[in-house]
Amino acid sequence: MTPILEYKNLKKYFTVGHRGLLRREPITVKAVDGVSFVINKGEVFGLVGESGSGKSTVAYTTIGMYRPTSGAIEFQGESLFTKEGKRPRHIKKEIQIVFQDPGSSLNPRRSVKEILELPLSIHQPAKKHIGRVAELLEMVELPVDYMYKYPHALSGGEKQIVAIARALATEPSFIILDEPTSALDVSIQGKIINLLLRLRQEFHLSYLFITHDLSLMRNVASRVAIMYLGKICEVAEASEFFRNPKHPYTQMLLSSIPVVSEEEEKLKPKRVQSRGEIPSPVNIPSGCSFHLRCPYKMDICPRVDPEMVDTGEGHYVRCHLYPVQENSRPVAV
Amino acid sequence: MTKVMGDWVSELGGRAESATSISWRELQRRSRRENIGRAWYKFSRNPLSVAGLAIVLTIVFLAIFAPYVTPYPHHAGPFTDFENAKLPPNLKYLFGTDTIGRDILTRVIFGFQDALLMGIVVLALVVPPGVLLGLVAGYYQGTWIDTIIMRITDIFLAVPPLILALAIASVLKPNLMNSMMAVSLMWWPWYARLVYGLTSQLRNEYFVKSAETIGASKAHILFREILPNCVSPIFTKMSLDMGWVILIGSSLSFVGLGVQPPKPGLGTMVADGARYLPDQWWIPVFPALGIVVIVLGFNLLGDGLRDLLAAEEA
Repeated sequence: MTPILEYKNLKKYFTVGHRGLLRREPITVKAVDGVSFVINKGEVFGLVGESGSGKSTVAYTTIGMYRPTSGAIEFQGESLFTKEGKRPRHIKKEIQIVFQDPGSSLNPRRSVKEILELPLSIHQPAKKHIGRVAELLEMVELPVDYMYKYPHALSGGEKQIVAIARALATEPSFIILDEPTSALDVSIQGKIINLLLRLRQEFHLSYLFITHDLSLMRNVASRVAIMYLGKICEVAEASEFFRNPKHPYTQMLLSSIPVVSEEEEKLKPKRVQSRGEIPSPVNIPSGCSFHLRCPYKMDICPRVDPEMVDTGEGHYVRCHLYPVQENSRPVAV
Repeated sequence: MTKVMGDWVSELGGRAESATSISWRELQRRSRRENIGRAWYKFSRNPLSVAGLAIVLTIVFLAIFAPYVTPYPHHAGPFTDFENAKLPPNLKYLFGTDTIGRDILTRVIFGFQDALLMGIVVLALVVPPGVLLGLVAGYYQGTWIDTIIMRITDIFLAVPPLILALAIASVLKPNLMNSMMAVSLMWWPWYARLVYGLTSQLRNEYFVKSAETIGASKAHILFREILPNCVSPIFTKMSLDMGWVILIGSSLSFVGLGVQPPKPGLGTMVADGARYLPDQWWIPVFPALGIVVIVLGFNLLGDGLRDLLAAEEA
């Protein structure tokens, strides 16, 4: 497996204000605080977390809306430590994003044709684009006459499909999906997911799939990572992740998935009562940031931040319940 | 799979796919006609805005064809007929005659010419720079570009337009051109402020972010992505401002700094006629009504446009 995208100790802090009158101390939000993982070619990497966990910041830093505070992002060996304005064109072509809110991601004053022509005119100038626009619409299974429709005439699902077509227009190799289905009706979610999975096979795409919906990940992702307050708690292959969750936070999330039948209930890990809410990222708890909500809290937890540990078979956990072995070093996932 | 998906999608869109047989151009024409038709339907459902449009169109028509539609076109200039001076409204002179015997109806219609000219010229001078500065400052909100542009804007906003127009017109030669320049100088900041507010919101929309990450140029983002979304508020403000500018032009004429005699200016006619109140009331009242009607027309039209475009957003 060859890596396509590597995050090495990525940090993104935002200054949200200042405190103090004379000595002005900046108040920072540690949106992403030391995240390392690798996305392999052809993979659907699921990044899961509650609101405010920093998962969208990872996406926006990757696409270049923010410049990282420190750390590295490498796309096929090329550094992405820049904002979009300074990125070379071939990188912009290779990495695309589908945003969460299809209502806001399409310009209400531009027709579907104009929306799809924009990436084409930038990356393949001096060409007739109308044929390619029709091709894109066929690719995402929309009727060709949608070309002259404006976004207000489309349903939420159709808008998201157009946004996907726009992401495909530059023939990218990597697409970030930032909660692509969370704003849609459940009945349409399935169609969009199927479409995305088909396109991945057809065009050999890799996805970074960001969501707060864990049950969706079970069917979609090949590997899953859980984020909590800007840090990754656990990374594992999807099947392993759902069969044998190790981090108490993961267990808590999995046991709070609502289920319909008893068989499904049996599939879930042992019940961990969900308590508390995610603290404000301005005021991150000391030590392990999860200790305020953790049912297995130990004396060490509020003092020392645990390190990422390899527990075998590509299953990584960052928790004091799984102490660092003598012979193992801290790992980059 | 393809078939199923296509059916599902076109069901949602409420229209079956029929595109392949007709040409793309025909398709484009058809959907454009559909959009215009829908907009007109919405607009026409509000009787007040239709009335506004009718008033504006009538006044524009009268102003353009004034020499042909007025009963006594030669009364628009230096003409005297003391035998028929100060006649009250009658069948020959519908609005009566003024102190030197000129037909007031004729002069009101000719007065529309300069009133409209004032509005159009001022807006043409004011809107492009105001919109451009607002776009740039709003897009670069929080940077030094924003600070410079918006502080200058604030300085201009601090001076009331009529006062500055008075100052400029009294220094330079008092004529219509100079007062239009003076009003324009004071009017652009309102457009800068309007567009600044809109742009600083729009730049955070995902479609702008998306264009940025795809690699679109700043010019494309400002003029193709953001500006089209500001057009409706700008348009509405323009039609409302048209009335205001005409009013200010009339005020300037009233104090003698606008349209110069013997050309008929609505404000001048009101000013000169005021001293014949109440006995020869028709001398100031009909030009004043002319101002009321033209301002009312543009305001109704502006309100109608605003409602129409607001409904379109929803």
